[in-house]
Amino acid sequence: MTNSKTKDTPLGAEGLSLKSVSLWQITRRRLFRRRSSVVGMIMLGFLVFIALTAQWLAPYSYNEVLIGKEKVKGRQAPCIHLLGCPADQPQHFAGIDGNVRDQYSRLLYGARLSLMVGFSTVTFAIIIGTVLGALAGYFGGWIDNVIMRIMDVLLAFPSLLLAIAIVTVLGPGLINALLAIGIVSIPAYARVMRAAVLSIREMDFVSATRALGGSNMQILFKRILPNALTPLIVQGTLGIASAILDAAALSFLGLGAQPPTPEWGSMLGAERNQVFTAPHLVFYPGLAIMITVLSFNLIGDGLRDALDPRLAHTS
Amino acid sequence: MIQYLVRRILAAIPVLFGILIVTFVLARVIPGDPCKAILGEKATPAVCERFIREKGLDKPIPEQLFIYMGEVLRGDFGNSIRLSLPVTRLLAERLPTTVELSFVSLLISMVVGIPLGIISAVKHNSWIDVGAMVWANIGVSMPVFWLGLMLMYVFSLQLKGTPFWLPPSGRISPGTPDDPFYTVWGWVLPESGMLTGILAFIARLNILNALLSANWKLLSDSIKHLILPSLALSTIPMALIARMSRSAMLDVLGQDYIRTARAKGLKQNVVIMKHAFRNSLLPIVTVIGLSLGSLLGGAVLTETIFGLSGVGRTLYEAITARDYGIVQAFTVVIAFFFVALNLLVDVSYAYLDPRIHLD
Repeated sequence: MTNSKTKDTPLGAEGLSLKSVSLWQITRRRLFRRRSSVVGMIMLGFLVFIALTAQWLAPYSYNEVLIGKEKVKGRQAPCIHLLGCPADQPQHFAGIDGNVRDQYSRLLYGARLSLMVGFSTVTFAIIIGTVLGALAGYFGGWIDNVIMRIMDVLLAFPSLLLAIAIVTVLGPGLINALLAIGIVSIPAYARVMRAAVLSIREMDFVSATRALGGSNMQILFKRILPNALTPLIVQGTLGIASAILDAAALSFLGLGAQPPTPEWGSMLGAERNQVFTAPHLVFYPGLAIMITVLSFNLIGDGLRDALDPRLAHTS
Repeated sequence: MIQYLVRRILAAIPVLFGILIVTFVLARVIPGDPCKAILGEKATPAVCERFIREKGLDKPIPEQLFIYMGEVLRGDFGNSIRLSLPVTRLLAERLPTTVELSFVSLLISMVVGIPLGIISAVKHNSWIDVGAMVWANIGVSMPVFWLGLMLMYVFSLQLKGTPFWLPPSGRISPGTPDDPFYTVWGWVLPESGMLTGILAFIARLNILNALLSANWKLLSDSIKHLILPSLALSTIPMALIARMSRSAMLDVLGQDYIRTARAKGLKQNVVIMKHAFRNSLLPIVTVIGLSLGSLLGGAVLTETIFGLSGVGRTLYEAITARDYGIVQAFTVVIAFFFVALNLLVDVSYAYLDPRIHLD
């Protein structure tokens, strides 16, 4: 870390002010220097804004059926006044869905669900995975063996398939789909955490805490955990991306969010047989999923590079 | 080498048992009465009692697990209630579709992804590099089912009437001759048996069958049908492989021995292929192994969209129809496949890096 500090500040200034630069300041600076991560952050900021203000941005409610209210037909193509749609027709940016609802409004509300899906599954998986990985790495022996063998078995299934199997057991529904995806992603965090704990466990400051009479829990949660956070953050950000993709896939198959929930995957799944006659009903929800996933991937990649001390001199 | 192989295979055995236990537990904790779940809501108590006795569901759970494992190891997965067919036969019929689709997709993703990564690394920060990486980032973020449907819309509807039109579903057009190669060769085979089964399995791999029986009509038709699904399925692995190839190559190209090789006056091609690429193969192979998971999971989505009756689509239909026999069997088989393929990746490490088998 000191490496990049000397690089960022001119030599003279370094001697004059000994202001300490924290890891987070360095990370932030590197993150903002990367064009792709800035793009990712702008996209995510935009999505968060939409999610927070959906009820004001959306011209209709997500479940408002327009039969009898406006002269529109089911699955009508988008009508945007700026792009030459006659002004006497009501404006619908993303067209009308099969149940005669405004798809644009549903898409806006969908941002809430997608972000919620990403954050909640990853939070669940990180909490459980971290505890399991920390226990395995810190105590070793049979605890390590039992925990990591279970993780190996979970990893032996392709993640989407295992999630499908779990949802079959629990029954379809958004909450069960989230639980399934959460369970499936636990091993990744457990592995990352275990590896971090193994390397930190033997460091001098940990021995010092032990010599001072610190308990196991104190060492684990106050000394080791804060130092193992960086790989978890990277893994978590990229994990949100894949969680959103998997949740959308489950909903697409009808195993996740159920109608009339405005979930992008299930919106797409409900209209997938109409792709030839009403492509807009498939195109926009998928595009929304892609943008969301892309934003987390870009930020995750940026974070990984920014937090990687090996790259300090190359960035 | 052999010692390493044996150790790897032994290490996979507990995982395989774990897979069996997980699928067993998943099938047992399904809410509701197993009899009614399988025979339907109208099953009478008397029928149910017989059913439970016949299936051994009244025995203690550990004994049931033991019986189940024995059955699976013998290759007996019971019958599908819905289709009233042995699950093993169903599997033999549907597996070739998935094998063909995943194999072709993996091939596409490697053939495109690896060179793309190498070129990006060699021409670091050029427009090719930037373009390839923007594309790769978008590629890993695309939902497979969306891409599949969009490809279908463009190639099957918009390009209708042009030479670029591609069929939206199925494996072959109706009416295309697809006699198995062994009948074309005039072999006479017994009705059933191991050999017939294996040959029939190979014959269901359409492309291979077309090549073996010199059936060019079948070849072009099945390739046409395979393009869209395999394009959709290969995008994510392709992007992952391209990104990993690029970063592995960049890592290696910065090493001192590359400078030495250049200083010796070696040609650029030799430096890149012999010195750099050979040494960046390990992480590339790792990411290929990792993307197998997304490939097999994606097969469920791709087959559902493109109307291919492979393992993935059958599994999905079985889930929606609550046909637990199929769900259990197919999940086990796919997981076994996955473990075996990862084992192959592990073994290739030892081949790629001679230092590995020493530890």
